[in-house]
Amino acid sequence: MNFVALKMLTGDRAKYLGLIFAIAFSSFLMAHQASIFAGIMDRTRSQIVDITDANVWVMDRNTEYFDEVSALTDDDLYRVRGVTGVKWAVPLFKGQPRAKSPDGKFRVVILLGLDDATLVGTPHKMLLGSASDLRQPDAAIIDEAGYRFFFPDGPLQLGNTLEMNDHRVRLVGICDASAPFTNFPVVFTRYSQALNYVGRERNLLSFVLAKPEAGVSIAELSTRIQSATGLRAMSSTQFGRATIVYYLKHTGIPINFGLTVAIALIVGTVVAGQTFYIFTIENLKQFGALKAIGVSDRRIVAMIVLQALLVGAIGYSLGMGMAAGFFSIFVHKIATRGIVLLWQVIVGDAAIVLLIVIVASLVSIRKVLVLEPAVVFRG
Amino acid sequence: MNNANETAVVCRDVTKWFGQGASRVDALRGVDLEIRMGELSMLVGPSGCGKTTLLSVIAGLLDSNGGELEVLDEKPARMTKQERIQFRRRNLGFVFQQFNLLPALTAAENVAVPLLAAGFNRIDAVREATKLLAELGMENRAAALPSELSGGQQQRVALGRALIHQPRLIVCDEPTSALDAKTGHAVMELLSEVAVRPGRAVIVVTHDSRVFEFADTIAHMDDGRIQEIEPGAARARQIANFGAAAPAIQ
Repeated sequence: MNFVALKMLTGDRAKYLGLIFAIAFSSFLMAHQASIFAGIMDRTRSQIVDITDANVWVMDRNTEYFDEVSALTDDDLYRVRGVTGVKWAVPLFKGQPRAKSPDGKFRVVILLGLDDATLVGTPHKMLLGSASDLRQPDAAIIDEAGYRFFFPDGPLQLGNTLEMNDHRVRLVGICDASAPFTNFPVVFTRYSQALNYVGRERNLLSFVLAKPEAGVSIAELSTRIQSATGLRAMSSTQFGRATIVYYLKHTGIPINFGLTVAIALIVGTVVAGQTFYIFTIENLKQFGALKAIGVSDRRIVAMIVLQALLVGAIGYSLGMGMAAGFFSIFVHKIATRGIVLLWQVIVGDAAIVLLIVIVASLVSIRKVLVLEPAVVFRG
Repeated sequence: MNNANETAVVCRDVTKWFGQGASRVDALRGVDLEIRMGELSMLVGPSGCGKTTLLSVIAGLLDSNGGELEVLDEKPARMTKQERIQFRRRNLGFVFQQFNLLPALTAAENVAVPLLAAGFNRIDAVREATKLLAELGMENRAAALPSELSGGQQQRVALGRALIHQPRLIVCDEPTSALDAKTGHAVMELLSEVAVRPGRAVIVVTHDSRVFEFADTIAHMDDGRIQEIEPGAARARQIANFGAAAPAIQ
């Protein structure tokens, strides 16, 4: 009878395609919005993730996320270094000065000042130049997106200059940094030099980056630093998560994206449910005839479930195909780089589409189950 | 043709009502009827007299509220729902007024539905259905969709669907009312030729007096009761042919 179920479903082309497209677009919209949301949220921790040399981030006890810090004193750095189990600890400056290109184009940049001696935190994916060139005077490395903003014409090229706080910045490297939340250019320079690129305050040390000695876990070292210094210390993963949570709690981003996903879910369920229901209602006499002939309720339920699962599977596949197509195109664009279709979204979307088709078919199943086969004798 | 003495259906004081209290409608008020194997029996009467309700009760699509009903030596009232479904699947063939063919299936696939319901694989079921359609004069239309068939052709397909699994009882509800007189006559002619067999009973509910000539027995119904049972023209012809050898009307 599966064959009969499939022929019944595909026989009415308009409704069959309507069902598929309702689920496809719902599925696409949910996957699309959820992936962009996840991608944007992930961007809030980009600079944390990019620094892989250190495992522990130390900051003011009231610092909640990466983009807003209260400066530490130089003493804090030494206190951290003095904690048992610390292999090394280095300063990291994070500021947002304004950079200007020779033609007057300006933009706020995310400036990361790396320890002069060790250069811990240098970008690992260099497109042009070398991270060690940061040791040269006025040297800085900029991410590709930032470079393209300041120098949109021509190929990537070293030696161009920017100006920050009336200081010359010479670009000695171009890197592929993870896209930041704000889409500002990311500039790496030495710590001592970074301090000159921003207006001087008494304290400018944003973070201390530390590495545990062998045999000391990250969690254990974090606890030790916290109890010894009174500062906040956590692993890169924890800090990244804390930054994401901050944005989730304090911005309207999750509500906006959540609303779109919810609308996609509701519209998908309602349209698919209604179309499927109408499809069933229009075939009610046929279902009645099947019941009269001796097809059991169980078999008819299986037929409806098969129909629902088929349109669900086709719609979902189309939706995922559209989403994959979208992201495969836009992952290469500078503005949307790094935003990809996540496997978690693919799995979650499948579960939601399954829910949609179950809800859609339940209404129809109920209608068919309460149908008296004697209805076939009513002309 | 009518040489079988078996009784296919026995109704004794069968009652059926719908609704409760003031809104109760008595559709069957104590029906007594016997349908014999090898006969084409017609239930006739005015609209609302209860003939379709009686057919539904006999076919096991509705439960009676009282009386005794035996169908093919079984008592539907004692069957579970599942047993009743299996009983219908094995033993009953249906022909409906509006054909009720599945619009997405071809003629052969529609005919094959009872075999598919019984667990046949599609290829075997459709092959059998195509053979039967050829016997019904539809060999060139086996691949046609119902929408591509005339009313008479659709009813032939419906007849094929009722016959494909060799049921012992065929119930037909107004099989000619959606057809013009000529086509209806042709369908009834076919029905009496191919469906009426020893070991099988055919019950036709109709108010179309033009097809009474195909009946072995005509049961007149009114107000939820059988008012009169008379031999039909087909039986009269048999009596003329076989004399006393023809079985008696109950």
